[in-house]
Amino acid sequence: MEPILNVKNLTMNFGGLKALDDITLAVEKGQIAALIGPNGAGKTTFFNCITGIYEPTEGNVKITPPGKPTQKLQGLKTNLVTEKGLARTFQNIRLFEGMTVLENVMIGRHCRLKSGIIGAMLKPSSQKKEEKQAVVDSYEILEKIGLAQYVNEMAVNLPYGAQRRLEIARALATEPFLLLLDEPAAGMNPQETKELDDLIIWLRDNEDLSILLIEHDMKLVMSLSDNIHVVDYGRKIAEGTPEEIKSNPDVIKAYLGDESEDA
Amino acid sequence: MVTKKEIKLSFVIALWFMVLTFPIMVIKVNTIKHIVIFRWENLLWTGIVCFFASLIWNYLLRIKEEKKKSDTKDDIPIVHRLLQNEKFRIPFLAAICLFAIAYPFVFSMYHTSILISALIYVMLGLGLNIVVGLAGLLDLGYVAFYAVGAYAYALLNLHFGISFWVVLPISALLGTIFGTLLGYPVLRLRGDYLAIVTLGFGEIIRIILENWDELGNGPRGIGNIPAPSFFGHQFNQHNSVIYIYFVVIALVLLTIFFVNRLENSRIGRAWIALRDDEIACEAMGIDKFKTKLTAFALGATWAALGGVVFAAKTSFINPMSFTIWESITILCVVVIGGMGSAIGVIAGALVLILLPEYLRAVAEYRMLVFGALQVIVMVFKPEGLIRSIRKTYKFEKTKE
Ligand SMILES: Nc1ncnc2c1ncn2[C@@H]1O[C@H](COP(=O)(O)OP(=O)(O)OP(=O)(O)O)[C@@H](O)[C@H]1O
Ligand SMILES: [Mg+2]
Repeated sequence: MEPILNVKNLTMNFGGLKALDDITLAVEKGQIAALIGPNGAGKTTFFNCITGIYEPTEGNVKITPPGKPTQKLQGLKTNLVTEKGLARTFQNIRLFEGMTVLENVMIGRHCRLKSGIIGAMLKPSSQKKEEKQAVVDSYEILEKIGLAQYVNEMAVNLPYGAQRRLEIARALATEPFLLLLDEPAAGMNPQETKELDDLIIWLRDNEDLSILLIEHDMKLVMSLSDNIHVVDYGRKIAEGTPEEIKSNPDVIKAYLGDESEDA
Repeated sequence: MVTKKEIKLSFVIALWFMVLTFPIMVIKVNTIKHIVIFRWENLLWTGIVCFFASLIWNYLLRIKEEKKKSDTKDDIPIVHRLLQNEKFRIPFLAAICLFAIAYPFVFSMYHTSILISALIYVMLGLGLNIVVGLAGLLDLGYVAFYAVGAYAYALLNLHFGISFWVVLPISALLGTIFGTLLGYPVLRLRGDYLAIVTLGFGEIIRIILENWDELGNGPRGIGNIPAPSFFGHQFNQHNSVIYIYFVVIALVLLTIFFVNRLENSRIGRAWIALRDDEIACEAMGIDKFKTKLTAFALGATWAALGGVVFAAKTSFINPMSFTIWESITILCVVVIGGMGSAIGVIAGALVLILLPEYLRAVAEYRMLVFGALQVIVMVFKPEGLIRSIRKTYKFEKTKE
């Protein structure tokens, strides 16, 4: 079967800096894959390249949504990538601060709804129904993610861990088949991390999602992932199951520094 | 109440201002008699005024900080509380309605006419609020669309004798078209760049109107623009003011009605998302450009509507009515009233337009007062006079 996300030879140059250098990576359906690497390795840049925020210098990105033919992704604008079914969260939380928690999730519904400007002003019954449905759907997502208690709070007033979960809720609302999580556990305490761990597994099993996550918390990565990709200085240096990665000398070197040089 | 530190600080500030303003407040050169007069009493006044102004300023700042600490729950503005409370809502709205209906019959034509101007600004403010307050696009050339509406009515009436009620939808359409045409190229810019380009566009429209004699008589303007008719019946001057008043009230109500619906619709939420975070907004599947364009065009539509009413009310327009200051005034209405808050904008328009009309002292220093108000609002109430609150939803738990 075709992988759900298939990235070939992705390269991204910022002036003289090669942030991504010839990265090839595939995510299978139903998988939780992790992308790890030291700070500045190019992980976030990788997300930005496949979601159309940056235009990669070279390489190609293909997706195969479940039940649909394989299609090219590069060159599409960010919002169209999301419409195709890739949703992401951000490393530095980017919620809509002027809106309530529910409305943040409803923004995620945007690309699946239709009503336009005339509809909003005249409010025909079709529009009313759609709006009501959007509210109900969004609330359901909040219940699943465990944020229902905050439904009418302003998003900024949420505790940190809840804000991170809200980012996931918002991404889910776009009905993705692949979820891209950029350091979802950053800044969370052990308890919150544990809950996140459960949530991610629950999402894969119950929502029919594939997940690609960037994470520094090795315990979380090792316990969650089916497959791990390691990048360093923009190059992919290893791929494999958690066990393989743990014992891979290149990975250890990248994380601990080259010990033979120090000696 | 006032700490020693504050007194010391105010004292230093007063001294500093005395030094700063010494050349203009104290020294006066009489060039005819070749003498220099020192007005020492001015120095004293400067010192005293600055001292107390600084004291009050610091005191208010401290109060604000303490308040912020004491209640973490954000307090809802009183107007919103009145409107949310079932018991007060109906009487509150009824009182406003009654007042609005009685106004032109109780007060003189002069007062009615002033209120009409203020209400036109309410319309313009609510329109600009879509662009600036909701979508976060700083538009400094808003007056251009206002001019489009006013000139559309004046010219269509002059050349083709088309009546107010027919022009109203036509000019709304013209506003939308102009908004789209201008928005298309410039909305790729953001922030300050957008502000500068729209500012330029506003001036271009005014300069074209001033120099294109064949179009609209240049600086001489167009006169004898008829007031709206009532099913073909033309009122005398007094009644016509009252009639326009009610027309404006109706248009304002219509505006509020639509703006309120838009704010809590799919499109309205997209505007706010765009204002809050462009990148996240795109990542949520919202077409940034299209969303910006709808906000811009819709804002322009309302400006054009306002323009038609303005032309009908004053019966004479020339390019001087559409200077950059007009744009700035409307922007002040939005910012001081409360960005993104319809009620705030209404309050802002009424305060900013009625104040200079009734306080002649303020009128002379209008822009100065607006500037000072702006600073005060930014420091003490950064969200504007009446900040916006978002709609809340009620749910029964669907699971356990
Ligand atoms: N827009 C940009 N312009 C120039 N250089 C950039 C840009 N974005 C990222 N970089 C550079 O690309 C490299 C990779 O950055 P990236 O943010 O992808 O790292 P990361 O792996 O996500 O690191 P972290 O774990 O700290 O989040 C860094 O050296 C960074 O400075
Ligand atoms: Mg990163």
